[in-house]
Amino acid sequence: MEPVIKIRSLRKLYHLGETEVVALNGVDVDVHQNDYMAIMGPSGSGKSTLMNIIGCLDVPTSGTYHLAGEPVDEMDDNELAHIRTRQIGFIFQSFTLLPRTTILRNVELPLVYSGISREERAERAAKALEMVGLRDRMLHQPNELSGGQRQRVAIARALVNNPSILLADEPTGNLDSRTGQEIMALFEDLYEQGQTLLVVTHEDDIANHARRSVRLRDGLIESDTAIPQPALARPR
Amino acid sequence: MSLAQRVSEWTEAFRIALEQLRSHKVRSLLTALGVIIGIVAVTLMGTAIKGIDKGFTNSLDMLGQDIMYIEKWPWKDVGDEWYKYRNRKDIDLDGSTQINDWINRNPDSLLRLAVPSKGYGANIIRGDRSAPGIYINGTSADFTLMNTADLLYGRFFTHSEDISRQNVAIIGYDVAETLFPEGKEQAVGEDIRIRGLKFHVVGVLERQGSFLGLQSFDKQVIMPLSALLKITRWDRGNSIRVQVREGADSTLAMDELTGLYRRIRGLLPEEENDFEINRSAALEEQLGPVKSGLALAGFFVTGLALFVGAIGIMNITFVSVKERTREIGTRRAIGARRQAILLQFLIEAVSICLLGGVIGLGIAYGMKAVVSHAFPSFPFTFSTDLVILACLLSILTGVLSGLAPAWQAARLDPANALRHE
Repeated sequence: MEPVIKIRSLRKLYHLGETEVVALNGVDVDVHQNDYMAIMGPSGSGKSTLMNIIGCLDVPTSGTYHLAGEPVDEMDDNELAHIRTRQIGFIFQSFTLLPRTTILRNVELPLVYSGISREERAERAAKALEMVGLRDRMLHQPNELSGGQRQRVAIARALVNNPSILLADEPTGNLDSRTGQEIMALFEDLYEQGQTLLVVTHEDDIANHARRSVRLRDGLIESDTAIPQPALARPR
Repeated sequence: MSLAQRVSEWTEAFRIALEQLRSHKVRSLLTALGVIIGIVAVTLMGTAIKGIDKGFTNSLDMLGQDIMYIEKWPWKDVGDEWYKYRNRKDIDLDGSTQINDWINRNPDSLLRLAVPSKGYGANIIRGDRSAPGIYINGTSADFTLMNTADLLYGRFFTHSEDISRQNVAIIGYDVAETLFPEGKEQAVGEDIRIRGLKFHVVGVLERQGSFLGLQSFDKQVIMPLSALLKITRWDRGNSIRVQVREGADSTLAMDELTGLYRRIRGLLPEEENDFEINRSAALEEQLGPVKSGLALAGFFVTGLALFVGAIGIMNITFVSVKERTREIGTRRAIGARRQAILLQFLIEAVSICLLGGVIGLGIAYGMKAVVSHAFPSFPFTFSTDLVILACLLSILTGVLSGLAPAWQAARLDPANALRHE
């Protein structure tokens, strides 16, 4: 089967004044349907750059990137925005919910930018909130929720468009370990429902929840290993 | 890019703008101050210009839009050439009879009627009351056919009173008010004195109102020319008023009258006109510079206020972009196009300006109400086109001041914006 993500010889250069920084120096990677992959590496290894490119927030300097069969590296800004609404669900370390805006409205936001009707938006957002167990909180505002709840709202927002991949950047970085485990349990559920997940992290604990670990160093893939499951028995 | 998406982008932008206004009330209001001042200035100035126009038109109606005045002097500033006009012959009032003869002989004439008019200034006395510096107009009984002044009480004088040189007079509203404080209707049938001669008041004119110091019927006395000739033989204030036939082209009528009066004067073809044909339309042209001066001042004040306001709004929008960099990143990651972000901040700037515009209009309307209450005679008009102009100016200011910050916001790299603390 065609991979969801197919990346070949991906290079990304940054110009910092006179000097040229090589963030990615020829990365090849495939991500298949219902993969659960952790992207790891020390800071400066290029993992953020890779995540931005996979998330269509940035474009490569050279190389090819196909997302669900479409050549993303050739797209302009509007097409990238369109791809982001349809294919990608983002989850960030700092939740990035809009303040003074209801939970429901926050979750609806991706649907707003894809022009879905008001009724359908509310319906789908409520359904997504149901999946993360926060349906009863949908008329609350973000500052009325705990950190873990906020991150679950962010997950609902990422899921609301039925994206091909869920892209999480240090999703537990701002949470205590117990809440972090809750979030990872939620990811596990999503994985079991067939969701494709990419988690960027520098914590082995978090990475070990995944089925596959890709480790970057100096802009190159250092290792790409399968994590044997259920060797790491998930507490149920 | 579907229509539904575009509609969503717009409604989302408006929703955010409203939310911003609501959560930053004081900040928005202070920012809108420049626009408020600008809109008050442009509205009041526009109102004043319209008011002047209206007042002027009222005054012109009094002079008669369809009446040409054959006079020695033009109705304009003659400057250094005054001697040329001074040396002209005075107007011979018999000319009006000659013009009327011509009209009677030529059914195709574009002219309708001519009346003589001798102007003279005098004090009008009644008992121990005096109305000083009143303009006395000695004319024929046909004057009433020109319909430039309506009677409030009494009647106009008749042909026979003119022929028999009766001392009768029709007095203006202000004159009646000064001389008959007990009631203007009491004036009819009473006697007044002018230069020692007794005159019988037969009518009182309706109030005309005056504007910009133009001669008003309110401070006039009208009497038969034959009666005025008993007081003065002074010819410098002579004029012949000629009314144009209804619907006739005024330029052609003027040509006809010019030719006719040249023949009456016996001018040779190579000689210049030694008289002037004045029309109220010419006065209107003279008002042009006054109006454009006022407009210029208004637009200067408006422009300055709006410019300062625009800078303030630009600044606050830059602040807003900075404050919400992370939000911009989030929105972009979630699927907002650059245009959606651009729109969001443009509409935010425009809505602050529109808020200022609406408040400005409210203030201007209030000021107008106060002025109209205090000076009912000042013809202030507040019109829809001014409201539309004010709104358009506000929107324009918003767009211009929001463009740079909105562009900056739209150009933000989403990945960097997301990392912004």
